[in-house]
Order: sequence, then structure tokens, then C-alpha cells
Amino acid sequence: MGTDDIIKIENLNFSYSNSETGESTEVLKNINLNVRRGEFVAVLGHNGSGKSTLAKLMNAILTPTSGRVLADGIDTSDESRLFDIRSRVGMVFQNPDNQLVTTIVEEDVAFAPENMGVPPAEIRKRVDYALKTVGMYEFRRSAPHHLSGGQKQRVAIAGVLAMMPDVIVLDEPTAMLDPSGRREIMDTVSRLNRDEGMTVILITHYMDEAVRADRVVVISDGEIVRDAPPREVFSRVDELKKIGLDVPQSTELAYLLSKDGFDIKTDVLNADECTSEIERLLMQTGK
Amino acid sequence: MITDITIGQFFPAESIIHRLDPRTKILLVLAYVVVVFFVKSFVGYIILALFVIGCCAMARVPVKFILKGLKPVMFFIVITALFNLFLTSGGVILFHWWIFTITDEGLRFAVFMVLRLLFLIMGTSLLTLTTSPILLTDGMERLLRPLGRIGVPAHEISMMMTIALRFIPTLLEETDKIIKAQSARGADFDSGNLIRRAKAMVPILIPLFISSFRRADELATAMECRCYRGGENRTSLNKLEYGRRDAYAWLIFAVFTAAVFTTNFLFAF
Repeated sequence: MGTDDIIKIENLNFSYSNSETGESTEVLKNINLNVRRGEFVAVLGHNGSGKSTLAKLMNAILTPTSGRVLADGIDTSDESRLFDIRSRVGMVFQNPDNQLVTTIVEEDVAFAPENMGVPPAEIRKRVDYALKTVGMYEFRRSAPHHLSGGQKQRVAIAGVLAMMPDVIVLDEPTAMLDPSGRREIMDTVSRLNRDEGMTVILITHYMDEAVRADRVVVISDGEIVRDAPPREVFSRVDELKKIGLDVPQSTELAYLLSKDGFDIKTDVLNADECTSEIERLLMQTGK
Repeated sequence: MITDITIGQFFPAESIIHRLDPRTKILLVLAYVVVVFFVKSFVGYIILALFVIGCCAMARVPVKFILKGLKPVMFFIVITALFNLFLTSGGVILFHWWIFTITDEGLRFAVFMVLRLLFLIMGTSLLTLTTSPILLTDGMERLLRPLGRIGVPAHEISMMMTIALRFIPTLLEETDKIIKAQSARGADFDSGNLIRRAKAMVPILIPLFISSFRRADELATAMECRCYRGGENRTSLNKLEYGRRDAYAWLIFAVFTAAVFTTNFLFAF
């Protein structure tokens, strides 16, 4: 095993150049970010903030314009180690339909290990493990088009898990799903991190999803503006609103109450915490 | 539902024929097609019929199911029969009226031609009925692999077929959605003449076309992320392996072939 930091991003700059006009657009500016093994990091930002580009830089789909990205100590600009990088940094995308390759679930999960030249008996083990981990084992013989969006996305996660990666990067995995599908995926991701010790980097624009992470990295206009635990990030409601981001509904409620002069903690993250705070408040005023 | 179509009309069942190696089945069907063209007597056709019906029974595919598959080609078969019936010269004239002449040669040819086509279709459809698309593409890839040396991209062909099969239901679903969306905005697909209707398809095809390209792009990225690098050093979850049953299949087929050729010598009719 390499270093303690599974992903290390140093002074990263990235710009797209338009081949017609020759102009280049700066997407990411001076990014420094380290992700430790076993960590669950959420990257939060609104559309066009550069968060998806950041994801693609982590497994060498894109390479930095300047600065460097190290995946398990391997420089992503080193083309000779491309497949080492990609098998260590698994990537799940937004649209589940456009990442499934074959017509049977288990064949699809086997796709990556097949590409890596893993022996058949070992592939079978990995496929069964991956499908059981995401809770799709009983669907192993199904056709993807008979599954729901959430189920398809779980198969996509299993397909990445079968590579036995060190880290999974999920690029807005719930953006195309209905609320129950979103919950399915978020529960799967949380469980992966908690029970399997998988390092997770979740790119999202949903605050409720970022709340589940150990650390929230907020990106705005291609720059990291905050990098702290969710409680700290979301308690600064004004700051977030200024850069066009929302806060979880419960946090917002507590924030509005405190603004109206109630003595309430503003760093609540979920409905449960919010209810108990309000309960406490009511008991106090009732006295 | 539009997405429920079956591709290659696979008939899932537990049978010895279903379990045969796809490579065996593909090669057997090719050999079978050749043998069918060598049958020259009625007795030969009886053997052929027994063989095909025997295979259906072993495959647990109802003969009725296969006959249903013949419907679309019935027209073709009838036309072929009529051509052979009226246009064959030689032999004893059985019937003559105006420009129509039927000879015993012609009658024989017509009947043989119909039987030949029927057995060809029945035999070959057994392949797609008893082999899932994924096994079929796997089998093809393995059979084509030796041709890789002369530049046949066996792995790429099979990958293409797999992806096509995977995306047919997805694109059908999308077409369905686009049609509904366009209808909701007042598009009319059902009235007017042929040209008008063809023109009405344009607003369906363009979005479908564009989204297919976007899908292809995203799929390519996702495949790269999963270490796809073509067929080199690739392993497979389900390894194809010849078993004893494949040997039996060839044995039975050899006996059948021998029987057909023997009847050619023994029976003139």
C-alpha cells in the first residue's frame, strides 16, 4: 500500500481550450486537496462550478493543465500506468443507462475484471461479492432494462466495486433518480464507507447528501472555498447562500428561527436534530 | 409495452440443446444447411423431418412455436413453389391450359423446394431459439478469433453486437418518450399520406439521433473508466467449454448426414 493519502491534488489548474477560437477557459484554479484512506468526502458545488471536471481529473480521464494529481501515489499524467490508476480509482456517473455495457447484470459487473484479465474463478468471486454488497444479488440474471433507475445505478456501483478499487468517485450518482432511488444509492454509499471501509468521494449538488460525509469540500467558480466537516460548513448559512448554494432544510429552519431571536443551535444537520432542538426550545419557553 | 420485445426470439428452457456449447450449435447449423441442399429423395426428406422434429423435442421447443415463425416467409415460399411448378420444363406433362404447363418434373421440384426452405428455416431458427444472444455473440467471437490473424476484429464485432443488444430496449423506451412528448405538443403522426407521415418522423429521429451520440460518448468514457482496452488479455466470466454432450451432438449429426447420403444412392425418388 502506498501513502496514507489515496488522492493527493497539488496546485492543480485546469483549462479547456476551444479549438476554433483558440481561447482557453479556466475551469479549476489552484486546487489543493488530499483525501485519506477510508474517508467519505463530499464535493459540493452548483452547476458549472467545475466539480465534475475535478472528478474526471482523479482517474486520468482528464489530465491537469498544471500542477499534479496523485492517485495512490501514481501521477495521473503517467500514461504507462493508466490502467493501474483506473483500477484503483473507480468512477460512477450520473446516467446509469449509459454505463451498463452488457445485457445481463452479472455479465456487466464482470466487465471490468474481464478487462483487467482476472482469472474466471476470481471474477466469479468478485461479481458475487460486489452484487451482494450493493444488494442486487438476486437480480444477477436480469436484464438491465427491467430494473429501476436506483437498481441500475447500484449495478453500476457493483461494476466498479468488482475492480476492487481503493476509492470510489461518484459523479452526481443520484441526479437522474427519483427520491426512492436517491435514498437507495445514498444508503448503499454510506454502507460502503462504513462497513467496507471504502474511501468515497461524492460529487453532488444536494445538501442532504453532503451531510452524510465526513468532510465537505465546497467549490465555487473553480476554486475551493470551504473544506471542513459538514456541521461547520452548513452552520455558515450566509456564506453558502452568497455563492448560490442552499443548506439542508432543517439547518435552514434552525437558521431562520435563530435570526428571529430564538435561542436555537444553528448547526443542526437533519430532521431529528432539528426536532429535538425545537422540542428543547418549546420546553424552555413553556416554563 | 414497447420495451418487451424479444431479440432473436430466444425461447428460454432447460434442455440439453440449450446447454450445448454455442460454438457447437453455430457450426452444426452451418453443416446442417449444407446437408439440406444434398437431400435428393422423398425418403431423405422424411429423415430430415424426423431429425428436425427430434431436435425440437430435445430442445423442448414446441413445434407450433417454430411454425409460427414461418409465417413471415410464407409468401416467399409460395412464390418459389409457383415458379418451380410452372417454369420447369422436361418430364411428362400432367396438366396444360393456355400458357400454364405442369410437368411431373416441375411438381417434384416445387415440392422439394418448399420442403427444403421449410427445413432450412426450422433448423436455423432452432439456433436462435435455444441460444441466448449473449452466448451467441460469445460463440461467434470465439469462432472468429483465429481469423484475427488475417485482420478480422473478432472481439470488436462481438462487443458491437453486445452493445447493440443492450441499447435496443433503451432506445425503444426513449423513442416512446419522444413520441409522447411530441404528441403532447400537438404533433400528428397518424394522418396524411405517406410522405406527410414520413416527414412527421423527422422530429422523432433527430432527438433520438443526437441522444444516441451523447450516450455513445458517455458509454465510451464509462468503459474506459472500467479499464476497457479491447480484446487483449481479456478474460471471461463464463468460459465456453466443450463437454461430452457436444461430442454426442456431432455424433448424432454424423449419423444423420450418413443416412441422408445413403438414401441418395438407394432411392431415386
